[in-house]
Amino acid sequence: MSHSQTGSTYHSHGALYLKVFWALLALTVITVAVSRVDFGTWNIVVAMVIASIKALMVALIFMHLSHEDKVTWLYAIFPLILMGVLIGLVFLDNPYRVNPDGSWEYPLPKSTEAAPAAHH
Amino acid sequence: MSHSDSAHSDWKLGDPPIVHHMDSHTAYDAARLGMWLFLATEILLFGGLFAAYLFYHWMYFAEFHHASKSLNWQLGGLNTIVLLFSSYLAVMAVDSVKLGKSEKAYKYLMATIGCGFIFLIIKAFEYHAKYSHGLFPGMDTFNSEAHQVEYKMFFGLYFCMTALHAFHVILGMGLLLWAALKVRAGHFSSKYYTPVEVGALYWHLVDLIWIYLFPLLYLVG
Amino acid sequence: MSGQHNSGQGEASTGEPKNYLNWDTSIWGWLTTVDHKRIALMYLFSILIFFFVGGLAALIMRTELMHAGGQFLTPQQYNVMFTLHGALMIFLFVVPGIPATMGNFLLPLMIGAKDVAFPKLNLISYYIYVAGALIACFALMNPLDQWADTGWTFYAPYSIESGGSVVLMTFAAFVLGFSSILTGLNFVVTIHKLRAPGMTWDRLPVFVWATYATAVIQTLATPVVGITLLLLIMERLFGVGVFDPKLGGDPVLYEHFFWFYSHPVVYIMVLPAFGVVGEIIPVFSRKPIFGYKAVVYASIAIAAVGFLVWAHHMFVAGISDYSAIYFSVITFGVAIPTAVKVFNWVSTMYKGSIRFTTPMLYAMGFVFLFMIAGTTGIYLAVLAVDVYYHDTYFVVAHFHYTIQGGAVIGLMAALYFWFPKMTGKMYNDTVGKIAWVFVFVGFNLTFLPQFKLGMMGMPRRYFDYLPEFESLHTVSTYGAFLNAFGYTFALVNLLYAWIFSKRKASENPWESLSLEWKTPSPPPHDNFTEPVIVTEWTYGYGTPVEGGKH
Repeated sequence: MSHSQTGSTYHSHGALYLKVFWALLALTVITVAVSRVDFGTWNIVVAMVIASIKALMVALIFMHLSHEDKVTWLYAIFPLILMGVLIGLVFLDNPYRVNPDGSWEYPLPKSTEAAPAAHH
Repeated sequence: MSHSDSAHSDWKLGDPPIVHHMDSHTAYDAARLGMWLFLATEILLFGGLFAAYLFYHWMYFAEFHHASKSLNWQLGGLNTIVLLFSSYLAVMAVDSVKLGKSEKAYKYLMATIGCGFIFLIIKAFEYHAKYSHGLFPGMDTFNSEAHQVEYKMFFGLYFCMTALHAFHVILGMGLLLWAALKVRAGHFSSKYYTPVEVGALYWHLVDLIWIYLFPLLYLVG
Repeated sequence: MSGQHNSGQGEASTGEPKNYLNWDTSIWGWLTTVDHKRIALMYLFSILIFFFVGGLAALIMRTELMHAGGQFLTPQQYNVMFTLHGALMIFLFVVPGIPATMGNFLLPLMIGAKDVAFPKLNLISYYIYVAGALIACFALMNPLDQWADTGWTFYAPYSIESGGSVVLMTFAAFVLGFSSILTGLNFVVTIHKLRAPGMTWDRLPVFVWATYATAVIQTLATPVVGITLLLLIMERLFGVGVFDPKLGGDPVLYEHFFWFYSHPVVYIMVLPAFGVVGEIIPVFSRKPIFGYKAVVYASIAIAAVGFLVWAHHMFVAGISDYSAIYFSVITFGVAIPTAVKVFNWVSTMYKGSIRFTTPMLYAMGFVFLFMIAGTTGIYLAVLAVDVYYHDTYFVVAHFHYTIQGGAVIGLMAALYFWFPKMTGKMYNDTVGKIAWVFVFVGFNLTFLPQFKLGMMGMPRRYFDYLPEFESLHTVSTYGAFLNAFGYTFALVNLLYAWIFSKRKASENPWESLSLEWKTPSPPPHDNFTEPVIVTEWTYGYGTPVEGGKH
């Protein structure tokens, strides 16, 4: 056993880290599997929720956020809130734009090409 | 820049460096807070791209789903696994150095960098595939009328997001390489390993961003 | 001046006590310094250079605008001038502004620390600033007509199509943003981790609180403009159509991203000035700051709410009604904590024992000018009024009152207040006051008429105008020259005093109670001669102590 920089004795957490890795792998498989099911507009929400669970595990355990003090937590969370504000208020604007003649601006008129260009 | 000669004479390699303005415990706390703050700025940097992506995804729903199909989700998935594994290796490196096992830490760090290489190679392969189909921003075949603007929007965002991410992968690899060489030279020990821990934090961010990029770009088709 | 490395206490070869200026006088020592005080001075000289260059652009514009009809600029050259003026002043002068100079110098001193948390990062931040400045200068190596002409806001789609050196200018701004981010990060960690024993959060000087709030904004808002400018560069170079309507993009999205940073940036500019004024007024009123807690909460509230109001710059850009109403209402909200601070400053002076020194004149001038700034901002926040005032001289006058009347006057106040501490010398206070008169009169003469011009409908960024606007434009131009003379006079007064003055400043010529005055003027390399333990609040003015009152 050795002393960490904080002075207390340190025991390896290797077993925990390995378990978390397997969990992350499993969640990745689930992400791919779930993407095959069509939830319509909710697809992206489901994908983001699963991604966020993975992200939380990486942040809390791999990055030791669970051991950090309140100030570090504040600065880990604050950017997420700011992103929420940016995305949220952009979505308060764009979907609700109205043209001077009263017609809705969105969705934009489709482009005039007949079919999407072939790929591969 | 220290002005205390007596503290200097007790210092040996592996001890925390002596700085004139804070003790080693404060320095360790400051370094971690500083890195988390820097990661916050990186989240906001990518956040702008994510916001743009979410916006256009909403606007051009069908076209984005269609365009996403032309990305190879198997390669994207493989890259996801590579990065997740590299994150595991990185935290094991920190674990090893905390236990004073410098040789093991060095190997873990080099393995992490190796995963970074694999990621970049797969990414290069994907980019090349797109390039050979004329689907690279800046190419005449891309800018031509052959593709709908909405379709091109997806690819523009795909390239910007993955290129910026790949740039950060390279930066992370550089950081970890520097840390690995210092570990091997004995600069770190169980009493002092701040740069390894802080470098690993940066690497985890690279992984975190990809955790979100993968489903958003590859799995909406 | 030899380059020997002397450490510890002792006397320099000239027989003066060792301080941060004279303990190592080699050029290499300065270029590789990690001393926050030296870095502060390097920033100060750098930003003042751009203040004068940006000011020159302003005088060129005002000369062109003095009379109706084209004088000596072509329309294209005029557009280049206002772009240059805005970009230089904002990115190279006011945003680094008080934080990079006074913040760097004072923060460790005020909290009882020996340096900032990451001194080497501090030096790197400065060199990143220099790199950004050089890239901006490089953008100007082209002929005048090919300089960027988009305005400092680089709005899409014109910024995508314009022939000027937009990529270089935006890349310069991107690089400068990193300097700002790293400085902010450094300050946040410094304040959290390096406070001296006894320097609890409730004893921090208001300047430190202001610097803290500013640093949080610097760190978290700047990356968003970074990615925005990067995307703009991607558009120009690779045709990625994120903001270009021809490619399916949304130009208003550019504005959302741009202003998400550029509104908080105005708080980066002005919050430190609030802090400066909050330090100066109590000292020269011999009274504690009125409502310390309110001032602290107001600083934090301004920073927080400042993130939520950005689209008040976009009311006529075509945003939705819901959006416009939300942003209008919350903009009224952000004015409240600022008003609270104004009440606090004025109440501090009430029944105080006022000393009208030059720094006090600048501080009082700040309060007056910022009140005009703030209230005219409220007019602009009213949707129906903004529809008329947007893009007129009313807006130009408003933001010059906030930025110049606020941030720049705040910087002048700070320089005049802390000059004795930084240099160990005293300037001629009477000359300082005379210069202040020129600054104050010149500034108001320049911009008060512009409110009227805006109300009459004079559009901004216009190279020419109808004859009915001419008389006010002429008055404004006279004011601009007076203003420029005032600043030059005021700054030369300080430079002269630094080089030639024989009047040594004592440790605490203003009899302030804050920590930076408890160390010699200029401070030693390590800031304090004895270990620092804090036992009292910074603002105990007027309280009885042995031998009289504070």
